[in-house]
Amino acid sequence: MTAEQTSGEFYLSIKDLWKAFGTFLALRDISLDIKEGEFICFLGPSGCGKTTLLRAIAGLDLQTRGSITQDGKDVSNLPPSERDFGIVFQSYALFPNLTIEKNIAFGLENAGRSKAEIATRVKDLLKLVGLPDQGKKYPAQLSGGQQQRIALARAIATKPGLLLLDEPLSALDAKVRVHLRHEIKELQRKLGVTTVMVTHDQEEALAMADRIVVMNHGVIEQVGSPTEVYREPSNLFVADFIGEMNQIDSAVANGGRLAIGEDSFACHAHDFSDGAAVVAAIRPEDIIPHEVGYQPESAEQNCIEVLLHEMEFLGSFWRCRLQNDRFGGAELIADFSINAVRRLGLAEGKPMIIELPADRLMAFDRSGES
Amino acid sequence: MTLASSHTSELPPGKDIKGKLSRDDLMMRGGMIIIALYLVITLAFPLFSMLSKSFSTYRFELSQYEFQVSDEAGVFDGSVLTGAALNAQTEAYADSDLSTGADGRLGVTAFFPEFSFRSPVMYQIRNVAENGRFLVGSTLYDDTAWQTLDSNTFRRVQLRPTKSTGVDNFISYFSTPALFNSIKNSLWIAVLSTVVTVSLAFWFAYALNRSCMRFKGFFRLIAMAPILVPSLLPGIALVYLFGNQGMIKELLFGASIYGPIGIVIGSVFFTFPHAFIIISAALAISDARLYEAATSLRATPWRTFWTVTVPGVRYGLISAAFVVFNLVITDFGLPKVIGGQFNVLAVDIYKQVIGQQNFEMGAVVSVVLVVPAILAFAIDRMVQSKQVALLSARSVPYQPTPNAAADRGFLIYCSLVALFILGMLAVCQFAALVKFWPYDLSLSLNNYQFDKMDGGGWASYFNSIKLALLTAICGTSVVFFGAYLVEKSNGFGAGRAVFQMFAMLPMAIPGMVLGLAYIFFFNNPDNPLNAIYGTMTILVICTVTHFYTVSHLTAMTSLKQMDREFESVSASLKQPTLKLFARVTVPVSLPTVLDISIYLFVNAMTTVSAVVFLYSPKTTLASIAVLNMDDAGDIAPAAAMGMMIFYTNAAARIIHLIASRGILRRTQAWRTR
Repeated sequence: MTAEQTSGEFYLSIKDLWKAFGTFLALRDISLDIKEGEFICFLGPSGCGKTTLLRAIAGLDLQTRGSITQDGKDVSNLPPSERDFGIVFQSYALFPNLTIEKNIAFGLENAGRSKAEIATRVKDLLKLVGLPDQGKKYPAQLSGGQQQRIALARAIATKPGLLLLDEPLSALDAKVRVHLRHEIKELQRKLGVTTVMVTHDQEEALAMADRIVVMNHGVIEQVGSPTEVYREPSNLFVADFIGEMNQIDSAVANGGRLAIGEDSFACHAHDFSDGAAVVAAIRPEDIIPHEVGYQPESAEQNCIEVLLHEMEFLGSFWRCRLQNDRFGGAELIADFSINAVRRLGLAEGKPMIIELPADRLMAFDRSGES
Repeated sequence: MTLASSHTSELPPGKDIKGKLSRDDLMMRGGMIIIALYLVITLAFPLFSMLSKSFSTYRFELSQYEFQVSDEAGVFDGSVLTGAALNAQTEAYADSDLSTGADGRLGVTAFFPEFSFRSPVMYQIRNVAENGRFLVGSTLYDDTAWQTLDSNTFRRVQLRPTKSTGVDNFISYFSTPALFNSIKNSLWIAVLSTVVTVSLAFWFAYALNRSCMRFKGFFRLIAMAPILVPSLLPGIALVYLFGNQGMIKELLFGASIYGPIGIVIGSVFFTFPHAFIIISAALAISDARLYEAATSLRATPWRTFWTVTVPGVRYGLISAAFVVFNLVITDFGLPKVIGGQFNVLAVDIYKQVIGQQNFEMGAVVSVVLVVPAILAFAIDRMVQSKQVALLSARSVPYQPTPNAAADRGFLIYCSLVALFILGMLAVCQFAALVKFWPYDLSLSLNNYQFDKMDGGGWASYFNSIKLALLTAICGTSVVFFGAYLVEKSNGFGAGRAVFQMFAMLPMAIPGMVLGLAYIFFFNNPDNPLNAIYGTMTILVICTVTHFYTVSHLTAMTSLKQMDREFESVSASLKQPTLKLFARVTVPVSLPTVLDISIYLFVNAMTTVSAVVFLYSPKTTLASIAVLNMDDAGDIAPAAAMGMMIFYTNAAARIIHLIASRGILRRTQAWRTR
């Protein structure tokens, strides 16, 4: 993301956005560009400012500084009714006393459409969200997932250029959530509508987003595709917030290698100077298991012997706790496939060899800890 | 891979972004300002007029006048005497005689002991300063020219007082024992009634919430009955029971019911439901888990009562106490009927204004009465906000377990309270139907021939219904719309805070004070709104304003429970907020809207205090008729009219219940799955 790009190429451009609540800064210097048709997720812990940013985009809570351009038009200070978006809230906010049909039709009225036209559109929308026969019911008669779909249908009824989803799935139970997130993604792809979703659920963000905006304490920590933010986290916060990460205190030895305990390891490229105190990090699933007696082909392979201290069966894989005295007591967590455990004959209390692939072993500044 | 910490952490300088207002924002702000203006005009301005009236003193400034007297031949010798000098010579008027009201007039012949209207002596009089005022007959002179008058005309000269601002009225109030004794009386009565009512209501509510007593529904119904009658009605019942010809006056062992005893008993009757509702609500939310803990710690029931039950309802008890205190100290109807020679503040206002036409002193008493009323109100608000915090989502409702002995005890207790309440009503109904107590006990409907009595006749009954309906309709619309605008509009924080403050104010202002303030404000000929004085309109406005706060709070509570995002969704769909209001907000809140309207209806039927100063011969009201008929000695018709109010309110409640159910079934189908 270069700052020089003109906003013309983007559907939504946020520039130097600040939001203050009294002396508290909820958003600090946020700049973000979103392409037409993109599915963007704002991801972060609660209180990170993601909902504040969404509400600023909607015009529901105006930002204190900065500008927002949507479809080439400066909407920075416009009220919600003069912007072009549909919105779905966590609470669904369906009108309880109106039938499903009337809820969906609510935004279609007063725009010069005939009754028949509205009825057809409502019917199409109900079919689109997979609830063709529920039109005459009241919201309370539907399940949570069904209500959320109706809220979605109502939001896209007027064909807005931008769809805003504020934690749309967090009030649902896990199964429905997984199912619905797939459906929402499908629908979004079909309609091609630019979509911004707020979520604190990293799995949801990874599964749905084209690009994820990771936020913390009112600033953007990283913007990137799901694989980028997962595999190449730009700092320790992102690394820690998305997925699991082993973190070991370490120092940069000569040649850029990471010194841990008495050993030093080859690692992913970084720009710390020699001697800097850093955190060495590797994801549990990136650790490769070998049987005792495995001979590494080179020192660059980062192989060490460890004791398999504890194994926990988590269904599709084993979570293993590994100990090595030379690590200064630190424990490593590794996820090994059921296959590998069987093939290598791994068992609690037995020694084994692990490999820390150099391109998966990363160094981070310590201050990124959250 | 360093942390991207290039972010500055200071807000860059510059102006905050100001949002462009949408049409809806403008409309909502406009609406809010209009309703706030309504409250300013119908509350703040009148109260200000009253306050300034209480600090206005009127005094005859004798030094402002000069006199000359001729000899018998009508020749003036040129010697000029000021009024002050003349008064010093003759001692015609004591200093206290010179303090007066706005309409005060002072004759001047007393300055001349030898004055005779037949004598040929001529007199001259003039104002020393411009704008001094004296009358000759009905002609006002406010210039400094000498007026030469013959004796016969001179006796028609009347000086007019000058107005000044100061605390003189308060000084004279506090130096008149007959007046300031009322403060002590009012406080004493209010405290005593509060203690009795809260104790009675606590055990009644306790029985209904914490025992397995039978007939709970019946008792709950009875407990609410006093709300449906004007506060004067228990006074009338007490006259029949314990008055000079009372049915069971022997029970008082010679003490008189006319006075503190009567006021306290009557106050307990009419404040009982208010205390009961609050305490019952507090008892209903207590947490069963605390009782389980107490039982498992082997606490005795007595100890559990003092360590769990009482602390759990303490805010309810305090709140109930201040509400009752406020009701009693500001009540006018009951002490008027049964107070006898025992003066209280609210009646003093009436006596000063209606009896003595001393409006300034009425204003002073009002200011004095407002002080405890506002204090009680403020404490109650503080306490109530704490009560809410006691509720937690994880509380488990307490389920009473049967206990034969205790349940029987509670049943007896509740029956006695119910007997007291029903007895008072029954006595009134009996009195209304008896031909001439205690001499002719045959039944008749003579007492219902209101047209033959003072008080406005049947017309006043229909006026009351008209007032109640108009108040319910207009009041509910204004209050609910106002609450909606405050709760759901965006930004404009200062405006909303001011509106909230205005909406809370009426609760703290006693009805008598409001009524009197209306006289000062609306009866001023310079006020463009003077035209509504003496009409039904001013009665409706006064009643809506008087009962604004409770209605507003009810509406706010209901609106706060509604999803905050409805407005956001509606705006994103580019629909006007008014459409959302009509299609969603009002239908969903219909039960609340109906509750507010029945509250306003019942109170408009029973209110006496505010409207007693404002009705005209064309707009007499049933509750006022009760007062006036009682005043004129027609006590039986007064009781009959009082019971008419009761039946009307009871009918309104029943209609409200049926209507609510009907509407709920039709429009709230969505509530059931």
